[in-house]
Amino acid sequence: MALLELRNIETYYGPIMAIRGVSLKVDQSDIVTILGANGAGKTTVLKTISAAMEAQKGSVTFEGVDITALDPDRVARLGIGHVPEGREVFPFLSVDENLRMGAYTRSDADIGADLELVYDYFPALAEDRSLAAGFLSGGQQQMLAIGRALMLRPRLMLLDEPSLGLSPILTHEIAGIVKRLNEEQEVTMLLVEQNAKMALDLGDYGYVMENGRIVMEDTCQRLKNATDIKEFYLGMKDQGVRGRRRWKQRKTWR
Amino acid sequence: MPRVFACRTRRAHTILETLQLLIIGISQGCVYGLIALGFVLIYKATEMVNFAQGDMMMLGAFIAFSLIEAFDWLFAFVPVLGALPGASFAFAFLGTLLVMAAFGVVLERGVLRPMIGEPPFAVLMLTIGLGFVLRAVAGAIWGNQPRALDSPFAGGTFDLGGLIIGYENVAIVVGTALLCGALYLFFRFTRIGIAMQAASQNQLAAFYVGIPVKRVFALVWAISAAIAAAAGILVAPVNLIDPLMGFIGIKAFAAAIVGGFGSLPGAIVGGLLIGIAEPFVALHLPPGLSEVSAFVILLAMLVVRPQGIFPSLQQKKV
Ligand SMILES: Nc1ncnc2c1ncn2[C@@H]1O[C@H](COP(=O)(O)OP(=O)(O)OP(=O)(O)O)[C@@H](O)[C@H]1O
Ligand SMILES: [Mg+2]
Repeated sequence: MALLELRNIETYYGPIMAIRGVSLKVDQSDIVTILGANGAGKTTVLKTISAAMEAQKGSVTFEGVDITALDPDRVARLGIGHVPEGREVFPFLSVDENLRMGAYTRSDADIGADLELVYDYFPALAEDRSLAAGFLSGGQQQMLAIGRALMLRPRLMLLDEPSLGLSPILTHEIAGIVKRLNEEQEVTMLLVEQNAKMALDLGDYGYVMENGRIVMEDTCQRLKNATDIKEFYLGMKDQGVRGRRRWKQRKTWR
Repeated sequence: MPRVFACRTRRAHTILETLQLLIIGISQGCVYGLIALGFVLIYKATEMVNFAQGDMMMLGAFIAFSLIEAFDWLFAFVPVLGALPGASFAFAFLGTLLVMAAFGVVLERGVLRPMIGEPPFAVLMLTIGLGFVLRAVAGAIWGNQPRALDSPFAGGTFDLGGLIIGYENVAIVVGTALLCGALYLFFRFTRIGIAMQAASQNQLAAFYVGIPVKRVFALVWAISAAIAAAAGILVAPVNLIDPLMGFIGIKAFAAAIVGGFGSLPGAIVGGLLIGIAEPFVALHLPPGLSEVSAFVILLAMLVVRPQGIFPSLQQKKV
């Protein structure tokens, strides 16, 4: 049984249909990635999973339990940690308070130890523990958002473009940490990335989204070698500016 | 009498008079500040402006009025409590805070939560309408003539070398200080208090860490309603209570904007500024001006420093 399963999800922004029937599975201990051009609907899929947005149709099941109609705080309580797009920290709370808020759903005695664990993963945060998060650099804020989600002790982590706007070195570092978390903490990951190379190198299985639909899925190994992926996402052909041309114009996928 | 001596007494007299006005102004300013605090709390958390904040103060005062009568009746049968002066008032005060907190929760659940996602204008009209309803209901239950709250602080005075200080003024200032201190400790050090800050700073992130944001909103309304009620009870010995007493909410709204709408200390400072200005304007400037001085200060502030005394640093994400 898959850890997370989406069946035929449809999600709207008002009258605009952003997700048009998405089904996907995430297996325990895997890193699963979603690729897609800007506006494909990747963020909306993650928001629907954590119930920040309501699915009009379809179902989300986590560990066999239907979580489609739950409130977002209930979903978090089940162990789904969400690192949102664009460094969403609590700007006027200190780094320490931000991380402790990450453990809001917990009441066990290990919160302090986990705090140190996060500082261990992100030494750049440890120096600024009592600084308001709004004063951190962009990269530090991204680390804080990841660390905050870790404080939940998540079974599944949703990562929305963790490398967005970071330098290549930092991107590399974040990729390393994602891998470590997956291996050491056994956190299952659903990773959304514009940086297709990083995502396909990290991931076990991948989905490709376009216009609110999944247009392709395979193991990351095979996706890396698929000509369309090479052309559109890895930029290996000269006219391959991503999103310029659409899948649909070339092939019918369903 | 030698001239020098006469001059000195006159100066002493002006100083005394100034202090006297200052005390009245500070205590009135505290009341504005407490109501403004309610405006700001609700706005920061939910981005709604509750124009019924003043009327919630009025409702709190009337509920306290009835609870005092009820406890007076009840304590007549209780030997020890019945003999204690102010016992009914103390119980009624706490009871009113609880009743109004519950009222705030019901209001949020029943009336405002369904409005989430509606345009701000609609929410604004709704809270203005709510004010009308509260005034009408209070008029129907308690009548439209002013009533005096049986407060132990009413009437008594200290005499500090000619300076007359009413108990009720001291009670207002001390009560406001205690409430502000309690709020500060709550927001700074309790888990739910910090979670409330978090939810108002970044609602989406609050969802994702598992903060029950809906419950936080209900709690914000509960706290705002209770603070408004406390203001109503504290000010009752000064002003008497009637269904229209909530109109000072408009001045409190001006105070909140002067303070930077979004800053809790700003709300209190803005309230104090307007409260202190009023009695001096009333004494030294033509009659009628004191009633509009709050808005003159507001206009002046909007021209000189539109972001208010304590600008809220919060950048809203689009
Ligand atoms: N707040 C909103 N209101 C209305 N439409 C929206 C809103 N947010 C997103 N959309 C629309 O929904 C669709 C999917 O958006 P989404 O943010 O999920 O894309 P994405 O794949 O995450 O893109 P990106 O790579 O740029 O982050 C887009 O077409 C977008 O125009
Ligand atoms: Mg996105």
